[in-house]
Amino acid sequence: MDIGKDKPLSGRISRRKLLGGAATAAVVLVQTATGKAFQAGVSVAELDDPTKIPGVLPGTVGTRSSFEQPVKKPSPTSSRTPLQDLYGTLTPSDLHYERHHGGVPAIDPAKFELVIHGMVERPMVFTLADLKRFPSVSRLAFLECSGNYRGANDGKITPQDICGLTSQSEWTGVALSTLFREVGVSEKATWFLAEGGDAAVMTRSVPMSKGWKDAIIAYAQNGEAVRPEQGYPARLFLPGWEGNTSIKWIRRIEISDQPFMTREETSKYTEQVGPAKIRQFSFTMDARSIITYPSYPARVEKGWIEIRGIAWSGRGKISRVEVSTDAGKSWHLAALQEPVLDKSLTAFRYLWQWNGGPTEIMSRAVDETGYVQPFYKQLLAARGGNMGYHFNPVTAWYLQSDGQVLFRST
Amino acid sequence: MLVNTIKPFLLAAASATFLATVPHTDPGTVSFETRRTDTLHYPERFGFGKPVSAEKIAAIDIDVRPDGKGLPAGKGNAVIGKQIYAVKCSACHGASGTEGPNDRLVLGDTTSAKNRRVKTIGNYWPYATTVFDYVRRAMPFNQPGSLTDEEVYSLTAYLLHANGLISEKTELNASTLPKIVMPAKKYFVPDDREDGPVVK
Ligand code: HEC
Repeated sequence: MDIGKDKPLSGRISRRKLLGGAATAAVVLVQTATGKAFQAGVSVAELDDPTKIPGVLPGTVGTRSSFEQPVKKPSPTSSRTPLQDLYGTLTPSDLHYERHHGGVPAIDPAKFELVIHGMVERPMVFTLADLKRFPSVSRLAFLECSGNYRGANDGKITPQDICGLTSQSEWTGVALSTLFREVGVSEKATWFLAEGGDAAVMTRSVPMSKGWKDAIIAYAQNGEAVRPEQGYPARLFLPGWEGNTSIKWIRRIEISDQPFMTREETSKYTEQVGPAKIRQFSFTMDARSIITYPSYPARVEKGWIEIRGIAWSGRGKISRVEVSTDAGKSWHLAALQEPVLDKSLTAFRYLWQWNGGPTEIMSRAVDETGYVQPFYKQLLAARGGNMGYHFNPVTAWYLQSDGQVLFRST
Repeated sequence: MLVNTIKPFLLAAASATFLATVPHTDPGTVSFETRRTDTLHYPERFGFGKPVSAEKIAAIDIDVRPDGKGLPAGKGNAVIGKQIYAVKCSACHGASGTEGPNDRLVLGDTTSAKNRRVKTIGNYWPYATTVFDYVRRAMPFNQPGSLTDEEVYSLTAYLLHANGLISEKTELNASTLPKIVMPAKKYFVPDDREDGPVVK
């Protein structure tokens, strides 16, 4: 590495240190005189007292502290948000969960086109620039995959493993209703097909009523362009509905008077309830909550513990979250962090003094329609013994007397 | 009447809030959903975007509905489909469609208790048209969109035959495919969950 002309501002960072010596304590960003940031090893002594070394100059793109390494947990088909490592309700965009059926496509925004046709007066095609010219809307909303429950008999399972296919962003785009008007949708239309431009050419049928109500063609996420994993350059976003319906990389919308019965709404994303019933088009995500602290793999000490978590409902606002610290015998109201928003993650907390004895803590969400998050056994009974999609049970954490926190089914 | 011809609607509270709550009882002839997404002086049209040609639509309009709308010309049968399957599909779905490693496509022996919980085309898919639509758009997984319409008809025929739903000789085409009644169709019900306290 030649740093001849491109000298670091601090003369105390030697070339040896830049190359990373044995005494490297951490990798930090170092800014050079010409404004280039690069990583360098800094000795323990320098880290001990940051007041004795000038810091990094302003840069073009911020970075996460090298001491913080929250990561998604990937499998061949999805990647889960590390809920236990996050605070508040906004998911950093690079930690938003992923679920796709044919990988993340590379789409050139200059070539992007959204075609709307079918039962319309004027079949039309919109470029990304066209979409951005329309009046825009922004809203915070959670997105959750409906196949989002896992348990583990040994209890060694994190919130990320249990329900890490839940994330929240601010989505900005054009209301789909605006585009419906632009193309002149027929009054007789009842369903539309949304199709993605990925290798799965993902399709779902969506009732027109949802399209008129609050659907967005989103081109931005948390203030910047939608991430590739979330549908760059534009995606459908359906607040409160199972994630699969919010078709990413949207390329086509066909207006129709019947559903298309695509593979994802027949073979998948349907659930057996009872011996001879398969429930279809179960769009809405039922209310759910999870305690993210304390949770596995945390270890806690007796004394004051602020129990923290998130709650959400696809039916509207969370009206309350109840917390139990005695395995469900008694319940207490948790404090909800304002603002409590429609179809959005809501942070809750409950201050508790643990006496160190083994116990189970759990939370249950109640939404504004009066839906109460069920226990696992209750849900299983209501579905006639079937598990599957839309499984949103109360999750318990067992606190061992040594402070180890373990998952427990309810 | 087309929705886009509706006069711009004045929101009572001229706020920029998306989804401002407007009482459902407002007079008028359009659905409340239409009105409440409107903003002040919303024009009938913005004039952004371009008309799209029929050819351009045809090039990407690959969906097939249960009533057969969208099915292309062409035909196929299970005898031919079996050969294509062996070459292009068996590596991932198994020689007989039951072995994997990827999704099981054939139910196999229905008398075995184990198979009753397995979900396949034979016992779970409500429409035969979905097989055509899905295979044409997404399979083979490593070369999606590479099959000809004739190949897809034959592969669909093979998968339906292997699941015991049609004979080996049955010709599938745009008129015969939508007429196949799938055994699982009778089990499908629309979502019956509602707002409120009932857990379903
Ligand atoms: C490289 C591996 C691979 C090949 C080759 C392949 N498939 Fe697939 N197939 C998959 C995977 C993986 C899935 C599941 C995709 C998903 O869930 O999104 C799948 C799913 C399917 C399904 C849906 C199953 C269900 O129950 O929902 C059908 C039908 C299917 N494949 C048919 C075919 C046919 C026909 C061919 C040959 C033309 C083929 N596949 C070739 C990997 C493959």
